[in-house]
Formats: sequence, structure tokens, C-alpha cells
Amino acid sequence: MSALGTNLRVVRALGLRSIRQTFRRPQLLAPIVVFPTILLAIQTGGAGSAVDLPGFPEVQSFLQFMLAGAMMQSLMLAGNSGGIAFAVDIEMGFTDRLFAAPISRFTIVLGRLAGTAALGLFSALWFLAIGLVFGAEIESGVWGALIAIVLVTASATAVGGIGAAIALRTGSASVVQGLFPLVLVVLFVSSAFFPVDLMIEPAKAIAEYNPMSFIVEGIREPIISGVHASDLIGAVAAILGIFALGLLLSARALRHRLRVG
Amino acid sequence: MEATVASPAWRSNLATIGALMARARNEILRVPGAAIPGVLAPTIFFLGLNGVFGALTQLRGFEVGAYESFIVPVSMLQGAGFTGAAAGVNMARDIEQGWLDRLLVSPAPRWVLLAGTVLSASARALIPAGFVLAVALPLGAGWPGIDGLAITFLMVAAMAAVAACWGCFLALRFKSQSAAPLMQAGMMAVILTTTAYAPLALLQPWLRRVAEINPVTEVVEAARQGFVGTVTWSQTWPGLLALAGLFTVLGALALRQMRRTGV
Repeated sequence: MSALGTNLRVVRALGLRSIRQTFRRPQLLAPIVVFPTILLAIQTGGAGSAVDLPGFPEVQSFLQFMLAGAMMQSLMLAGNSGGIAFAVDIEMGFTDRLFAAPISRFTIVLGRLAGTAALGLFSALWFLAIGLVFGAEIESGVWGALIAIVLVTASATAVGGIGAAIALRTGSASVVQGLFPLVLVVLFVSSAFFPVDLMIEPAKAIAEYNPMSFIVEGIREPIISGVHASDLIGAVAAILGIFALGLLLSARALRHRLRVG
Repeated sequence: MEATVASPAWRSNLATIGALMARARNEILRVPGAAIPGVLAPTIFFLGLNGVFGALTQLRGFEVGAYESFIVPVSMLQGAGFTGAAAGVNMARDIEQGWLDRLLVSPAPRWVLLAGTVLSASARALIPAGFVLAVALPLGAGWPGIDGLAITFLMVAAMAAVAACWGCFLALRFKSQSAAPLMQAGMMAVILTTTAYAPLALLQPWLRRVAEINPVTEVVEAARQGFVGTVTWSQTWPGLLALAGLFTVLGALALRQMRRTGV
């Protein structure tokens, strides 16, 4: 079998393992599905009147507006959960065994990212289904839904790269778990939950330049209005930037991990 | 030969509770980093919700001038919920590591073991609540007055006790830290399906119905009264009653589970 074929098999096996791991451990699955779903329900019910505020974008409902934010929260926590699970593997010596195996070292990271991507896909489907069940419409139809799904999956992979890099660098699950509040901070200072124009300073100023805002808008626009090239390009650029950063940091952290053992 | 006089049961029970509370305090002093997420999470929620949903005060029917004042007691109660849930997670850890087994074979009654954990959570909850308040006041949250502040902290401490009972019940039921999300999600849901984000009249119909029957709504309103207006007994007693009811039910469940737990 070619080297590429072998690597793909490793990535697939490790990806499937990480998915099974997530679904078997409630601590890993809850942040991806349970918490964002509860928050989506509560924020939609609690702040739903916000659609009456002057300057709020034209939307069918606040739920329709919030779907992208819930997906964003879920995919970022999927990246964080992936990092925690990766760090647990390092702590328990599983990664050392993989390092000793005759496989490309980077497939170990890619395997983890494949699992995170699958969770991102699951998250996109989950929240789209919730939206549809509770009456939210996808304004740009099937194509819009597909664009949202692809963007969420790609974003989960990109954010997972950062989580994997931190796991490799620190080798500590508690350190990666400690990043959970940071994920919330990044989300709150983005347009995930509210239009930037209606946010309060300084959150508003930060949200305007937060790459997560670009991704959220790319996911949200097909749901609430239609596909706009500018939003799509902004989202793809932000995802590529985070992905490149994640890969770069992972490569460096991998070298560090191999050096320190 | 000198006869040994046994100390009264109440005194040894108090000593045991004190020892368990001292153990919880030592955890904070020796591993301060472990307390950081519990303090940070409600603070981030406060800052985040204020930055994101602050414009809601422009809605007709939102009688409060500053959203900081409206949301700060919710974040303090959230801190209490997280702290109580963390007490449950710690108990699950103690079960996994065999520490609880050693306590169970001691002559201490079961309720004493539970009381030590629950009271520790009550005391610990004052740390995140105090931190959130210290952040909120300079940002524009209204000063609730001494009476308002005392009621808010009373609600926070009691809410942490309720959350600890919930967490301990689940820890004893599942005997695994894997139950942690259930402990946290349960508290998050019960605290936020109230008038947490907006007054009752501005909630969506389904949430309004839930908030009307959710006893924690009374707790939120009692904790909030000093920040958004004046403190009255009519707004205080429903919160106290709700907490007493929740504590009775969840405390009984936790104690029942504790009594069922064998070594």
C-alpha cells in the first residue's frame, strides 16, 4: 500500500476513535451539544424581544438569528474538547505508543482533527435540525444550508488545530480544559449572539475585528437572508487563517513533544 | 482508673462538619488554580452578557436603566450554581478515589457528611459572588445598599447549598465524575430559565411560562431587588420560601442517596 494510503487509513482510524471517545464520555459531548442547546433555548426565549430593537437586522425570528451563534459555540467547544481528549491521550501514554509506531507523526494530529471535523459536521446538522423543528427557515434553501454546514465543519477543524497544538505543547488536560472560559470570552466579543452594531463598547469594537465574527456572519447570512460573496470570502479567509495558525502551532508543538518525550 | 467521658453527639457532629469544611478550605488554599474557573466563568458571563445584551434596556417595558444592575445578581447566582455543582464533582472524585468509603465507615452520621460538603459550598460561593460584584460596581452596577447586599449574599449562599445537594445527589447516584455535565447543566438551566435576561413581560411566551413556575425566578428577583430598586419584604420572602423548598427536596434526595450508599 502507498504511503498516502497508509496515512489516510491512520487518519481515518484515529478520527473514528476520537468520535467514539466523544460519544462515550458525557464530559466531552456535553459542551458540544448540551450546553449550546440549553443556551440557545434560553437566549432565544430570554432575549427574543431584541428583534424589535431599532437597527436589528431583518430576521424571521431571534432563533433564526441565533442558530449561527449556537453552531459557533458548539464548534469552538468541539475544538476544545478535542484538545482535552488529545491531552488525556498524551497523559495516559497512548500518544507515545503512536509515536513509536511506523506512521507519519502528523497523521496523529490529522486524525484528531478529522474527529473534530466530524463533530463540527454533527453540530451543524444538530442545530439546523433544531432550527427547522422549531420553525426557523433557511432563507437561501438547501444551498445555503450546505454552505453553513461546510463552514461549520471547516471552522471546527481549524479551531481543533489550535486545541491540538496546546494539548501537544502542554500535555496537560487540565490546562486545555482551563481554556474553556477563554472560548466563552472569544465568543462574547464576536457577533455570535448579537449584531455588532447593537453591542456595547468595548465588546463592539473588538467584535468588529474578531475573526470569529467573520466566520459567524458567513454562516449566518445564508440562514437569515442569502448567500453574499463578501461574507463568504470573509468567513473562508478567517477559517484559512486560523487553520494555518493551528497547523503551524501544531507542527512546532509536535517537534517540542518529540524532543521532550 | 479514670473513666473516659464521651463528648456529646452534637459536639462531635459539629467537629466533623468543621473538619470537612476545613478540608474544602484547604483545597482552595493549596490549589488556588482550581478555584479560578469557578470565579472566572460567572465573571465572563457577566461581562459578556452585559456587552452583548446591554441594548435590551432600550426595549419598551424594560424599566431598568443599567443592564449591569439587572444582570449582576444573575451572575452571582450562576457562580453559586457552579460552586455547588463543583462540590458534587468533588464528591464524585472522592467516591472514585475511595475517600468517601473511609468517611462512610467512620461513626459520623450520613447527614453530617453531607452537611460538611453542602456548607463548604455555601461558604465557597461567596468568593465568586464577591469577585463578580467587585467587577460589576465600577462598571456601573447600582449599589444595592447594605440590606440589598445582605439579601443577595444570603440568596447566593443558599443557592450554592441547593446546587451542592443536587450535585451530591448525582455524584452518589452515578458515582462518577462523568456526571459533571449533568450537575452543571442542571444548575445552568434552572438559573437561566427565569427572568435572568429580561423582565417577565419581555420573555418569549414559552420561557415566560417556565419562569412563572420555576421557583428560582423568585430567588433571582429577591437577589436583584436591591440593585434595581428598593428592598421589600414582599420580594424577599418568596425567594426564601423557594430556597427552603428546593433545599428540602434536593437535600432529602441527596441524604436518601447517601444513606443508600454502602461501602
